Amino acid sequence: MSKTHVNAVVVGAGAGGGVVAKELSTHGMSVVLFERGDWVPFDAHDTDELLSQRTTVLGNAFGPDDARYRRVVENADGSTTVVFPSENDYNNVAACVGSGTVSYGAMAWRFMAEDFRMKSTYGSVGGSTLEDWPVSYEDLEHCYERAEWEIGVAGDASGNPFGSPRKKPFPMPPFTYNTEAKMLESAMKRIGLHPFPIPMLRNSVPYNDRPACVRRRSCCGFACPMNAKSGTHNTVIPTALASGNCELRTNCVVAELMVDDSGRITGVHYFDADGRGETQTADVIVIAASATETPRLLLNSKSTHHPAGVGNGNDWVGRNFQGHAYTGAFGLFEEDIFDDVGPGATIAISDFSHHNKGIIGGGILANEFTRLPYLFTGIRPPGSPAWGKEHKAFQRKYFRRNVQVVGPIQEMPVFDSRVRVDPTVKDHWGIPVVRLSGTRHARDVEGCMFLSSKAELILKEAGAEMTWQAVGGKGLSGGQHQAGTCRMGEDPKTSVTDRYGRIHETPNVFVADASLHVTNGGFNPALTIMALGYWVGEHITSEWQHGNRFT
Amino acid sequence: MNQKSKYSRREFLARAALSAGTLSLAASGLDLLNGCSSSGNGERNFFNEDEYHLVEAIAEQIIPTDDWPGGRDAGVADFIDIQLAGPYQRFQADYRRGLAAMERTCQELYRVKFENLPWDTQTAFLTRMEKGTLSSRDWDAGFAERFFELLRSHSLQGFYGSPRHGGNKNFVSYKMMGLDEIQTVGQNRYGA
Repeated sequence: MSKTHVNAVVVGAGAGGGVVAKELSTHGMSVVLFERGDWVPFDAHDTDELLSQRTTVLGNAFGPDDARYRRVVENADGSTTVVFPSENDYNNVAACVGSGTVSYGAMAWRFMAEDFRMKSTYGSVGGSTLEDWPVSYEDLEHCYERAEWEIGVAGDASGNPFGSPRKKPFPMPPFTYNTEAKMLESAMKRIGLHPFPIPMLRNSVPYNDRPACVRRRSCCGFACPMNAKSGTHNTVIPTALASGNCELRTNCVVAELMVDDSGRITGVHYFDADGRGETQTADVIVIAASATETPRLLLNSKSTHHPAGVGNGNDWVGRNFQGHAYTGAFGLFEEDIFDDVGPGATIAISDFSHHNKGIIGGGILANEFTRLPYLFTGIRPPGSPAWGKEHKAFQRKYFRRNVQVVGPIQEMPVFDSRVRVDPTVKDHWGIPVVRLSGTRHARDVEGCMFLSSKAELILKEAGAEMTWQAVGGKGLSGGQHQAGTCRMGEDPKTSVTDRYGRIHETPNVFVADASLHVTNGGFNPALTIMALGYWVGEHITSEWQHGNRFT
Repeated sequence: MNQKSKYSRREFLARAALSAGTLSLAASGLDLLNGCSSSGNGERNFFNEDEYHLVEAIAEQIIPTDDWPGGRDAGVADFIDIQLAGPYQRFQADYRRGLAAMERTCQELYRVKFENLPWDTQTAFLTRMEKGTLSSRDWDAGFAERFFELLRSHSLQGFYGSPRHGGNKNFVSYKMMGLDEIQTVGQNRYGA
């Protein structure tokens, strides 16, 4: 295909964009799918902890790279720091075909009905823009189901009485528990909790022409060399390409939306793989570039008709930046528990996701992904030496005798926690970079303290000789679970898009990533982003087939 | 309206040139990662010989030899030397300044190089760096703590990270922790 006009441009080949590209292209629409990164070679960073997508001290294995990308973080005192993608404060999301779905831990959670009705469930919260979604769990249920079957989830929800109602079972049986999960299962049941296997976007049996998982320790943060982990890169994107209607342009960086004299968005300006400035026109533009890069693109698209950026007439683009504060506890045991059955995380409880006394929302608790050797050097009881003989002896003695129970707390959205574009700092292509500012809501720490105390209780019941809590919830939010910056809603004054992800101010521009999340649940968000991809994609194709050209 | 990109090739080149120093260094770092697994043969990427031996002694303090080899034998100094010419180029100035300050301070206090101090004196010196209690014009405003943290975290990375980056020679830390290099379940059970 040449750069002729197409029906739709999709920006970002990740969890949301990959699904939208498949939906549109398999329904006869011509699509160009833009990805700033490239296909990931599965053998490039096989077991290299220091250069993975989880521990990034020598760089992000799957991008973005430190040479071309920058961000600015606004500190509490108003000063700013320029940060590199391999630094935590950058809040990176992988830059490759499939994005985070290549290297994630692959937990496949459905949000609960309450997660879409947080304000109705808990009332208003001072200092927070807590709100209901304009769509319900019932609206999205079939989209979750499609994600589970088309992309592939292994699980069994029968042991979770708090789980969302579902019409169909999972397409694959659950993963078996590893040794630590078996130990935790007994302990959880003894104290009246309801453990169950974590639903995973990984093949427990051969599925969709890909093999079953062999349970390596290097999984979370790594591409799967067996191709047993399911992402958009090995499911919906290949389907989109096979339709003959979708062209994937890798190593292409979209800089700005094109606008005509009437204010209509007509396509995108982008840089191709050789750094040349190019354009691509389309009838419909779908932005799925992550909760940091999607608002950046909108805010960088200023024109006479959109003086504050596209969709930003009411100054809501980039607001309510949220993620997940991770919180939990560690336990040390007298016997070896580590059995090297990857990826480590296998068991969870949803007992504390909602309706906890004095807490708004909550979160799941699960055993943690395998702590690889360098990551484990940071896991020590409070007051322990951080180096020297004792530190080394601990590494040797407790690597196989430590268990971590941890979970993501549902954060309260904060209006001034936000993504802007920096007035001076630009990236390799000359595009103004993301500037992050704000802090989490004070109530997030309360949720974290609550959940950490429960995690410690479980570890004590399991017989740990020593336990300690690691309580999160302070500072700037974001991270790889970033969300909320182009909130969907019924009221254009207090949201960026309508219930179908269409930007209120522009009839033909849609958002299809976690930017849409009004709230982010107490769950890893990948499956919800995929479900929203189906939700937005179904709407666009349905309207298109009825002759709507979004004018 | 003009539908051509507002970002011209010329502007792009001008912007690229502004950050050319960063880019060219980054490229050389990638080359090192691809072509160089470890040195240990006297060819340094960043350190001079004095710096290299000082870093070896520090790494040995961070991960001391016990029943298992320590930071020196695991090649931690090689790891740091390689990374400073690659992903850690942004720490070059800190290392040059910090290592020189350590050398000067040891000469002032003990009239001997750090690596020639008794073991416990070395430990005490590093502890003072960690806590920021060295008083000297070389250690202003939190620099000692910050530099010590670089030394500490980089040493641990060199010892516990993948051998492909120049440290963890002979997979010594993986062996110490009972983690065979082949990591598919079942394969590391035979003979256990």
